[in-house]
Amino acid sequence: MKRQILLLLAVLCLGAGAISAQARKGLKINEVMVVNDSSAVDEYGRHAAWIELFNSNFAAMDISSVFLTNDTTTAASKKLYPVPLGDVKTKLPKRQHILFWADGKPTDGTFHTSFTLDPNKPNTIAIYDADGITLIDCVTVPVLKPGESYARIDDGEGDGTAQYWTVRTGSQNEGDYITPSSANKIRGVNPKIEEFKERDENGFALTITAMGIVFSALILLSICFYIINKINAARSSRKKAEAHGVDYANVARTERPEGDSGEVIAAIAMALHDHLDAHDKESSVLTINKVRKAYSPWSSHIYTLRRYPDKR
Amino acid sequence: MATNLGEFWQLTGFANATWQHLVMLCVGLFFIWLAIKKDFEPMLLVPIGFGMLIGNIPFNPDAGLEIGIYEEGSVLNILYNGVSAGWYPPLIFLGIGAMTDFTALIANPKLMLIGAAAQFGIFGAYMVALLLGFMPDQAGAIAIIGGADGPTAIFLSSKLAPNLMGAIAVSAYSYMALVPVIQPPIMRLLTTKHERVIRMKPARAVAQSEKIIFPIVGLLLTCFVVPSGIPLLGMLFFGNLLRECGVTTRLAKTASNALTDIVTILLGMTVGASTQASTFLTKETIFIFALGFMAFIIASASGVLFVKFFNLFLPKAKKINPLIGNAGVSAVPMSSRISNNLGLEYDPSNYLLMHAMGPNVAGVIGSAVAAGVLLGFLA
Repeated sequence: MKRQILLLLAVLCLGAGAISAQARKGLKINEVMVVNDSSAVDEYGRHAAWIELFNSNFAAMDISSVFLTNDTTTAASKKLYPVPLGDVKTKLPKRQHILFWADGKPTDGTFHTSFTLDPNKPNTIAIYDADGITLIDCVTVPVLKPGESYARIDDGEGDGTAQYWTVRTGSQNEGDYITPSSANKIRGVNPKIEEFKERDENGFALTITAMGIVFSALILLSICFYIINKINAARSSRKKAEAHGVDYANVARTERPEGDSGEVIAAIAMALHDHLDAHDKESSVLTINKVRKAYSPWSSHIYTLRRYPDKR
Repeated sequence: MATNLGEFWQLTGFANATWQHLVMLCVGLFFIWLAIKKDFEPMLLVPIGFGMLIGNIPFNPDAGLEIGIYEEGSVLNILYNGVSAGWYPPLIFLGIGAMTDFTALIANPKLMLIGAAAQFGIFGAYMVALLLGFMPDQAGAIAIIGGADGPTAIFLSSKLAPNLMGAIAVSAYSYMALVPVIQPPIMRLLTTKHERVIRMKPARAVAQSEKIIFPIVGLLLTCFVVPSGIPLLGMLFFGNLLRECGVTTRLAKTASNALTDIVTILLGMTVGASTQASTFLTKETIFIFALGFMAFIIASASGVLFVKFFNLFLPKAKKINPLIGNAGVSAVPMSSRISNNLGLEYDPSNYLLMHAMGPNVAGVIGSAVAAGVLLGFLA
């Protein structure tokens, strides 16, 4: 018994670990600015390089205890910036962004990293899980001009390879905005709905597809219970044959007894009830139960309150 | 003192009343009258009607009293969270699952297809709603009225078109209450006298093990096909397992009685209160009511017509009475009762109730699946 409990606990712990790792996997590096001359300012009013993280999950995520780094060495001594525990602001709501200032001043606050970014060479930035080993996300930012950012084309989409990223100059052209702490692709409407409106103007395609799915789901269920029905009928027939002393396996299929219908079963049940309950003499045992009426002032005549009127 | 009285007057309902408020108060009173005098779905229409009175008492919204249902932090707003965040409907589905006996469906699984066919009402209304200029997500939320399932309508509209939810919910429940008025003429119109007296083979006996397997297999199969239906289907089948497994009777009783009653009170009252004049008395509401009516007619008709079509392929001894086709909508058990009553009208010894319960409960599953599909496509 003890062993089973221990096993169960171990499975639960493993499950919890897996869930946590899975949740942290949703944390993404979303946009990076290496030379910030005119973009966002920190709480001290200073321009500094920034790294935007994005919670791509549809659930809030606590990012405290993950590590941010620009140290690409694989040695155990690599320098990591731990996101401190105990700051409520490290709980990132679903699909939201947060900025980290890569200014080498960790004493300035939770969101100031211990490292800086080098404007003269590509910077590799990575996020590690609380163990400092499990890589959550990594991207190599190319050399950028002042005021340029390196951003994912779509928030949280893809990995660190260049095809999912773009250099943004900050012009007013669509897809070229610098978007610290906000979505990289600004959407005024739900693209899914727009697409439906455009491609399926009269709703015919959705109707056919959806009815197909509804029918498939119920046909599947229907087939499943048709099979269960058949298996049960065979079982019932076998039991009946055995009860009659018939060798079920050696009897022709057509001669096998059919299962009893609901009416037959109901008739047997009633007959049994009648038979077992029919008694000539009474048990002669009288039981006197005290009749207790639950008192409540809400239904007391003393307070001129009355019972609930019931039309039925 | 005169200034104080003047300020107080500005806070009263009399000073803030508009004709729209009065119209909505009359609608609320009409609902209460329908429920008490005409016995139309009283469990729903009394809370909804009274909720309409609560939600439409005029007050000064700029006074910052935190009393309106849409004012964050107000008591009504907290209760309304179950509707806006969509967690009341799954709790109702838990109760429905714990109340529903799926025996008729398990005994004759082919009746499930009628429950699927009746969902055409939803998608027919979806196409018409698009024609009327609604956006696809709004059209989906309105069309679900055709499923004749109040909690599903509230759940889906809270996700797809929260601004239309009040009108959709009121429309869905109104038509559910009017099922005995809407369905019989359609059933008579689409069937012949000969078809109405078809006698169906008695259902076979269903073993307890099958009843236990049903919610488990039902959940796995339907949710693997439509994962977005998990909140509704998960709770429906969970409630049913509580009922059928035989070892959780207490939980099943709580789910089907106390819990359902509590959630029904809160759901009905808050849905009623959410129908405030400013958001309710619009052109869209009229369209929603018209579309809902149409969806109901299409759903009932498609169920009956599907049975007629299905009969073409069935041997004579296994024909289905098309009068049970209307029960493909998920107004349980009212539409089954209508099938039975109409059947008895034409043959006083032909009881269709148990046969109609099959498509009726399949309709509950079907409308939840349809809601899942719409949610998956349009959310």
